[in-house]
Amino acid sequence: MSDAGPIVGIVIVSHSPDVAKGAADMVRQMVGEEVPLAWCGGAPGGGLGTDVAEILAAIGRAWSEAGVAILVDIGGAETNSEMAIELLPEERRGRVVVCDAPVVEGAVIAAVEACGGAPLAEVQVVAESLTA
Amino acid sequence: MQIDAAVQRGLVLAVAEAIIAHANELTALDQAIGDGDHGINMKRGFEAVLADLDAIVAKPLPQALQAVGMALVMKVGGASGPLFGTLFLTLGKSLPERPTRADAEQALAAAIDAVKARGKSDVGAKTMLDALAPVLDAARAAGADWRARLPEVADAAVAATAPMKALRGRASFLGERSIGHVDPGARSVAVMVRAVCTA
Repeated sequence: MSDAGPIVGIVIVSHSPDVAKGAADMVRQMVGEEVPLAWCGGAPGGGLGTDVAEILAAIGRAWSEAGVAILVDIGGAETNSEMAIELLPEERRGRVVVCDAPVVEGAVIAAVEACGGAPLAEVQVVAESLTA
Repeated sequence: MQIDAAVQRGLVLAVAEAIIAHANELTALDQAIGDGDHGINMKRGFEAVLADLDAIVAKPLPQALQAVGMALVMKVGGASGPLFGTLFLTLGKSLPERPTRADAEQALAAAIDAVKARGKSDVGAKTMLDALAPVLDAARAAGADWRARLPEVADAAVAATAPMKALRGRASFLGERSIGHVDPGARSVAVMVRAVCTA
């Protein structure tokens, strides 16, 4: 399937590094190493929260020419992820989306979809189908 | 409005020190209806501003404000980072180096619009916007007494958030139970407004 072209990358952003890493572990178990995957969690300097610089770094680690889907938990994770997207170089900015989906389920289903070669828009739609 | 280097330093310092001094109060407000980290987060952001104060105030006013905004974006760690960061970033992008009062009002209006877009919110949702918008209205209406008037308006606007039901942010999870508590973000705005007006 990877011959079909680049696979959409997945970034997991949680207030808690434990939640982010745990969700990433579940994604890895589902799709192996084929999907570019990165996670981050925790405020700058520690504690629960999210860190724009870490989100930017995670987008870089999971970067794919097919784009990157970000899964977030709540509140600041979403706002900080949207801020991070705005700080990306212009040529990357349009190829990163924040999915309105539960972080664990969303990350797993987005990764499965990405693994199947779906384009970014489709990965986002499938992840967001989890949101009632 | 002549904003020389010393005045600029005084303004940034006053805002940063005021937020840091009110950090415990802001956190207590956030414990009532949010996740209890607003004061801690804002303090971390403004400590980053203070750590870089010399470099920030050496810049012309627009760039100095943008540097404050970027420090908040990168260091706050919660939604307040991009929200208050966007406020300062947009003020910086909108103000000329030597702003008139009309320039300041226009810049504040642009910054309020940017915060609305960043937070996908509007006035009436029990957020920082519920302090910012009345302050802008009061700035446009006030005469030479603006330094006395704006902090009063901001404090009244904070109190007016108590009966509101939160529609955005973590407090919105509480629904009706958010009623009766003032909004921590609005309170932060009022702390900043008083700091600027009394600096």
